[in-house]
Amino acid sequence: MHKKTGVPLFHISKRKALPWYGGWAIRGGAIVLAMVVCAIVTTLLTGENPLAVYATMLEGAFGTQRRIWILLQNIAILLCISLAVTPAFKMRFWNIGAEGQVLMGCLANAACLILLGDKIPNWLLILITVIASCAAGAIWAAIPAFFKAKWNTNETLFTLMMNYVATQLVAFFVIVWEVPKGAGQIGIINQKTEAGWLPQIGGNKYLLSILVVALVTVFMYFYLSRSKHGYEIAVVGESERTARYVGIKVKKVIIRTMVLSGAICGLAGLLLVGGINHTITTTVAGGLGFTAVMVSWLAKFNPLTMVFTSFLLVFLDRGANQISTDFGLNHSFGDILAGIILFFIIGCEFFIQYKLSFRKTVKKEEG
Amino acid sequence: MKKLISIALVLVLCLAVFAGCAKTPDSGDGKVKVGFIFLHDENSTYDLNFLNAAKAACDNKKVEYILKTNVPEGQECYQAAADLVDEGCTIVFADSFGHEDFLIQAAKEFPKVQFCHATGTKAHTENLANFHNAFASIYEGRYLAGVAAGLKLNEMIDAGKFAAEDAKMGYVGAFTYAEVISGYTAFYLGAKSVCPTVTMDVTFTGAWYDETAEKEGAQKLIKNGCKLISQHADSMGAPTACELAGVPNISYNGATIAACPNTFIVSSRIDWTPYFEYIIDCVASDKAIDADWSGTISTGSVVLTDINEKAAAAGTAEKIAQVKADLESGKIHVFDISTFTVEGKALDENFMADVDTDADYTPDTKVVSDGYFHESEYRSAPYFQLQVDGINLLDTKF
Repeated sequence: MHKKTGVPLFHISKRKALPWYGGWAIRGGAIVLAMVVCAIVTTLLTGENPLAVYATMLEGAFGTQRRIWILLQNIAILLCISLAVTPAFKMRFWNIGAEGQVLMGCLANAACLILLGDKIPNWLLILITVIASCAAGAIWAAIPAFFKAKWNTNETLFTLMMNYVATQLVAFFVIVWEVPKGAGQIGIINQKTEAGWLPQIGGNKYLLSILVVALVTVFMYFYLSRSKHGYEIAVVGESERTARYVGIKVKKVIIRTMVLSGAICGLAGLLLVGGINHTITTTVAGGLGFTAVMVSWLAKFNPLTMVFTSFLLVFLDRGANQISTDFGLNHSFGDILAGIILFFIIGCEFFIQYKLSFRKTVKKEEG
Repeated sequence: MKKLISIALVLVLCLAVFAGCAKTPDSGDGKVKVGFIFLHDENSTYDLNFLNAAKAACDNKKVEYILKTNVPEGQECYQAAADLVDEGCTIVFADSFGHEDFLIQAAKEFPKVQFCHATGTKAHTENLANFHNAFASIYEGRYLAGVAAGLKLNEMIDAGKFAAEDAKMGYVGAFTYAEVISGYTAFYLGAKSVCPTVTMDVTFTGAWYDETAEKEGAQKLIKNGCKLISQHADSMGAPTACELAGVPNISYNGATIAACPNTFIVSSRIDWTPYFEYIIDCVASDKAIDADWSGTISTGSVVLTDINEKAAAAGTAEKIAQVKADLESGKIHVFDISTFTVEGKALDENFMADVDTDADYTPDTKVVSDGYFHESEYRSAPYFQLQVDGINLLDTKF
């Protein structure tokens, strides 16, 4: 006989802090579970062997030396943008305008390459591109920060809309600089002279971005956790009133932090155009500005953990590409698998913070 | 901190394990293996046309192949090409105009691999032994389709539906590029060869695939009194608009008869299979691939679909067969300078076209001789971009 107890079937309560291995055990479990679900979906939808599909993902990410380098390079770029948005997030400033800030960095770089290429010494040109890219990103981020500090405008909407403005600006200049006319694309800039291209380290075209971003990662780690600025950011994020009370100039911190955020986005743009693509399109940032938000959040704003989360996302993307090539499956199938895995990984964070307690059996209650 | 160290260790381990089993690039044993790079996947009619031809050619020649779809026109194209070389491909092909620079980058790095690129313009000026452009004289297909259009107009004039002076066609183009201009001009000249009073309105959508814009473009043309519509864009927009309005349609990139049984007349398209078979044969027998290869009706690169007898004028099939034979034998030429004028004047042999790619679009090559404009001969991609009399552009989109 069913007896109403008035107690719900289960309830959710906040966990006490888990030991570090407890959290990782849950995360590991989530990945295993995700793999199982992916396997079921794969078998049902395509009839392919799920183990072969997983092997293909690994193959796509690590199969050749070149693939490993590309994987590392893609991690570097995603990580760079994630690092850029992190200080703002820590300050509770929801900067979702990284895409636009990166694009402006790209645009400034491309403009220098096209307008100044071969007109000035190469070292000077590269120096100018570095400054111009970082400055362009910084300005694009400073505009919404200024409005937020001055008039408390909504930074989420503002930064989001700045993305569209940046995209349209790039679209406009692509038409201005297109070769040949009517092609709708610029092609590789300075392909013959390589003027203004960032140098290769030891003949390796992937290494420079990786090293630069490694430095930025270390810098950001210490900046956020060890510097006075980092402390101010944390205080403003926790409570603006407290910050004001202890004498922190909140407006200054907001603008300063966003300028830094934007400058690092601009740096990512520099690496994308000057170091990797040597061309510019409206999709050169490829949505990384938004993926970076996820990377930063998944890592709980810890720059070193972000190395891992950006690795995860890039790995899933490269793996998905390889699946579509090897199995002749549409690229969307790889995306479906990536989506399932991300769902579990993001979902498991909930179970690290909270626990489910099921209703104790009636028998026990009576006893 | 412990957490960080553990993550770092796990990462290092992962990388070490996989770096250990990484393959070094195959040296290649002379066997032909083809890698294909596509801008989109089979959902785009443009890429589907290439995909089908790639599979057909490789199956015919019994060679291995790898298909990489959804490769953007950026560094990813270079990476995809390099990856295909690592996989042992001896031929790498890319299908989109914007892939060209990145394929050239790969061609410079891997001189032993042949890189072939459809619709590009730079092979004849890059001077790389292993980089090649290809296209097909689709203007011949358009011309034949134009003949079918002209016959249909004649039939409607004879039936008293409108006066000969009102024989106006409409054309929905994607962009105001040479590729599109060359195509609609050939179509117009084909129609004019059988229906001398014909004129044509052209509107552009500014996109290769925009179903709504193409449909609205066709509807606008029909409203403006166009009696027959054709298009150079990749969606079903224009054919659908024609079917709804009961206006005859000449299609592109394959038959649209299933959706438009009452108005579809005929369609032209490029068949890339002959080109793929050609490059496979060249590499298999160590022969050099042409820097610029232009397929024609004779090579089977330009094909027409079956004619829809329900919509086409009587005798269309016979007339097309006859014109096709004349084109193949060289008896007639699509851009015969006696058949069109530009601003009231005929072209002469001093006319220069912009064939070599440069930033200023300088006309650099004499392309008129023996009484006709030599399209796709000085490079494979089209370069006919004159506005001939009788064609009226309603707008332009670059």
